[in-house]
Amino acid sequence: MSKVFIILQANEETRSIVEAIEQDNPDAEVVHEPAMVKVQAEGHLVVRRETIEEEIGREFDMQELNINLITLSGNVDEDEDALTLTWNS
Amino acid sequence: MDIKKTPKKLNVKEKYRLMTRDLAWEPSYRDEKEIYPYVDYEGIKVHDWSKWEDPFRLTMDAYWKYQAEKERKYYAIIDAHAQNNGHLNVTDARYLTAIKLFLQSISPGEYASHRGFARVGREFAGVGPQVACQMQSIDEIRHAQTQVHAMSNYNKFYNGFKDFANQRDRIWYTSVARSFFDDAMSAGPFEFLIAIGFSFEYVLTNLLFVPFMSGAAYNGDMATCTFGFSAQSDEARHMTLGLECIKFMLEQDPDNIPIVQKWIDKWFWRGCRLLTLVAAMMDYMLPKRVMSWREAWNIYGVENGNALFRDLARYGIKPPMHWDDVEKSIDHTSHQIMLGLYQWKFGTAFHSWTPTASDIEWLKEKYPTTFEKYYLPRWEYAIAQKENGGEYNNFGLPKLCQTCQLPCLFTEPDDPTQLAHRETEYEGEKYHFCSDGCQHVFEQEPEKYVQAWLPMPSMMQEPLKGDLAAWMEWASLEPTASGEYANSEDKANFEKWRKQVSTD
Amino acid sequence: MQIDVQTVNIEQKNQTFSHLKKRFGDKKIPSRYQEASYDLQAEENLHYRPTWAPEQELYDPNLSKIRMNDWYDLKDPRQFYYSTYTLNRAKQQETMESNFKTVESLNLIEGMPDPVLAVAQDLLIPLRHANYAANMNNTLVCGYGYGTVFTQPCVYHAMDNLGIAQYLSRLGLMIGDVESLEAAKQDWMDSDAWQPLRRSLEDLMCVRDPVEVFIKQNFVLDGLLYPLVYQRIVDQNLVEQGGSGISILTQFMTNWYLESKRWVDSVIKTMASESAENKAVLEEWIDSAANHFTSVLLPVAGLAVAGNQADELVSEAHDELLQRAKKAGLFK
Repeated sequence: MSKVFIILQANEETRSIVEAIEQDNPDAEVVHEPAMVKVQAEGHLVVRRETIEEEIGREFDMQELNINLITLSGNVDEDEDALTLTWNS
Repeated sequence: MDIKKTPKKLNVKEKYRLMTRDLAWEPSYRDEKEIYPYVDYEGIKVHDWSKWEDPFRLTMDAYWKYQAEKERKYYAIIDAHAQNNGHLNVTDARYLTAIKLFLQSISPGEYASHRGFARVGREFAGVGPQVACQMQSIDEIRHAQTQVHAMSNYNKFYNGFKDFANQRDRIWYTSVARSFFDDAMSAGPFEFLIAIGFSFEYVLTNLLFVPFMSGAAYNGDMATCTFGFSAQSDEARHMTLGLECIKFMLEQDPDNIPIVQKWIDKWFWRGCRLLTLVAAMMDYMLPKRVMSWREAWNIYGVENGNALFRDLARYGIKPPMHWDDVEKSIDHTSHQIMLGLYQWKFGTAFHSWTPTASDIEWLKEKYPTTFEKYYLPRWEYAIAQKENGGEYNNFGLPKLCQTCQLPCLFTEPDDPTQLAHRETEYEGEKYHFCSDGCQHVFEQEPEKYVQAWLPMPSMMQEPLKGDLAAWMEWASLEPTASGEYANSEDKANFEKWRKQVSTD
Repeated sequence: MQIDVQTVNIEQKNQTFSHLKKRFGDKKIPSRYQEASYDLQAEENLHYRPTWAPEQELYDPNLSKIRMNDWYDLKDPRQFYYSTYTLNRAKQQETMESNFKTVESLNLIEGMPDPVLAVAQDLLIPLRHANYAANMNNTLVCGYGYGTVFTQPCVYHAMDNLGIAQYLSRLGLMIGDVESLEAAKQDWMDSDAWQPLRRSLEDLMCVRDPVEVFIKQNFVLDGLLYPLVYQRIVDQNLVEQGGSGISILTQFMTNWYLESKRWVDSVIKTMASESAENKAVLEEWIDSAANHFTSVLLPVAGLAVAGNQADELVSEAHDELLQRAKKAGLFK
């Protein structure tokens, strides 16, 4: 299995997003580095709109992720409800 | 049709298809070949452009909205950085060497990508990749510009920034990066996309933008960290474009597989050679380090690269040809490059130095099998020379590799005591290479690489004819911007200014 | 140790980068536009010839018949670099978003007379394909033109055209759902009124002289089309017939045309004043294309107004275009 990851800028806005990702991916590992936070998991990681909305208490458009996204790894599938990262091996 | 029909709620995918895919039409008055003259000659077969998968579905309104938000944040930070003398927050002025190198070499590459993506955004015969490439084109000019704007404030106080435009076209080490991007731009549209979109963006930019920029933050340079992360957030889209493009080519026709494999082999090697400069930036130029080049390579090169190539194995794609040579070089290249830059420091528009005692401890710890054995003795020799009032310089001009344009200073993959050197004869001329990888790239397309502009031989020709002083003036190499860091105006000024602002 | 960096006043070494000092002196701090635009493109010692056209240079001013001693003379009066461009468009986008919301919440489409909706459908929605061609043409100019101050606004212009195509698509979806877009595409492909324009755009997409493409697309075609369609047919005719809702949804196009024509005119003026040869080439391109596109747009105007009024509107637009050309120093 290969690791997929998403890296966000470390700031107030992304705290809740990272918490939402952790909820939806209990096996994910969160790594803090200067100015950035990396969330990684084996093979599969999902970022769900609904969970983020619960965390931040307002509507969230998945494309808002762009503002604080630094990088990611894995095949991307994005629609209005979720962003999914996968490796097929 | 029924006007005033209540619109159905469309999902993002369907809406995006209507907003982009559906805009193009099949020409009937002119032949497609007249409109897209360059789409065939590389031999890539495309049967159905509509099979292209759009990774991120940004319509222009959303693009403007979110990018504007990024821009506002970014310029707020660099305005504050300029107003508050943010440059005095960096750990020490050695750090500036890294960002000088960045501005002279990498920012022009961002610009070249901008133009290159505009070209392929016009040359592809399918609207999906056209729009995706155009969006990357406009992003890339953003990166070039935000970098120039971030450096503009450093330029006001330090040497080595002001001549970046002239130096881009004339200095020997900037030619390394420029030859990489020129190589990609002079290739066909599909190869360009593999070169920049796939090899550079997907396989390699994480190494450039993630650990190095995190390092910039750690060293107090929020301006650079911010442009780096802000740029990389666009790269997340670009990398995905690169990956989609490669999958698209591989899925369109089995005949494409060997062509794509050949490009992966070439551009992986080209990219790794270019990134040896970044290796030196990470291991030597960040006064406080976040991670070593080796550690960064393990995460973003080995772990991430392996994941990618395992994923692509289902198409019959193999890991890049010279992967093992790269892996063997990782513990060596940063030291070899930094020693090279140090001995040719009279010809660089940035400063270099010998590692301090604490640098040496760190390097020993991070490179337990190589640093102490092979490179520490050479640094100690340079340090001893300095202590005896001498200077460690090599006024002999380096022999440059015909392909990557770096000096031939790398060692044999299996013998770190032997300098690697390869030669190929082509049409009666002898060409020199730093490695098997670069020789291989040349031999695939000798008619292209014989054209390379090599800065060193050009110095011997009209109008400079070997006049070193004239050459330095021509390349805007001012003595204040070059040489040993310890003796530099930058160091003296930085320390003076820091003293002015510090209170015990 | 505490550091209070804000209080110190230290002397600057350099006001600006050397290439900007050479161009503008160093009396004034250069603008961010200047820093972001001048001399960014590689000039010399280019490494390899393009494998796709070995007779060309990687950046090649000779791709055009127009000659400039310094292509950086062609500055954009709007001084757009990425940031100013994006912030501007984001603001306009916000207005458009609220326009769409207003039209939706007040059911303005629902209440619109059928003939107005028919014109919107027949005339406006097929234009999204013309914007796609304009997007491609500007992308070509950005890719193959020479010098950043000339090429950079073209990528912005290309993306603007894509944005306009998307606003028109949203309008289509509002007035007739997906079927609106399908019908419009059918018209674009087959109906007599659109064929001359489609043919002309396919022809223009085969032209490889970047300045010729710039002139024919951005000056001539857009200089006829926007005054004709948006300023006259939409903002006058349709508004008079109860179609204000349409005019609100094409506000971006109207404003965008007024804004960008300053840039286009300034480029032409600078090129024309460079040499008599440039002036002659520009006049030849503009003269032939203006006559051609005027006749091409006549049946398009006919989709909205009766024959003789179409003649009148098209010839007004043609006169207006020639006025702009004269102001830029041509045809004198």
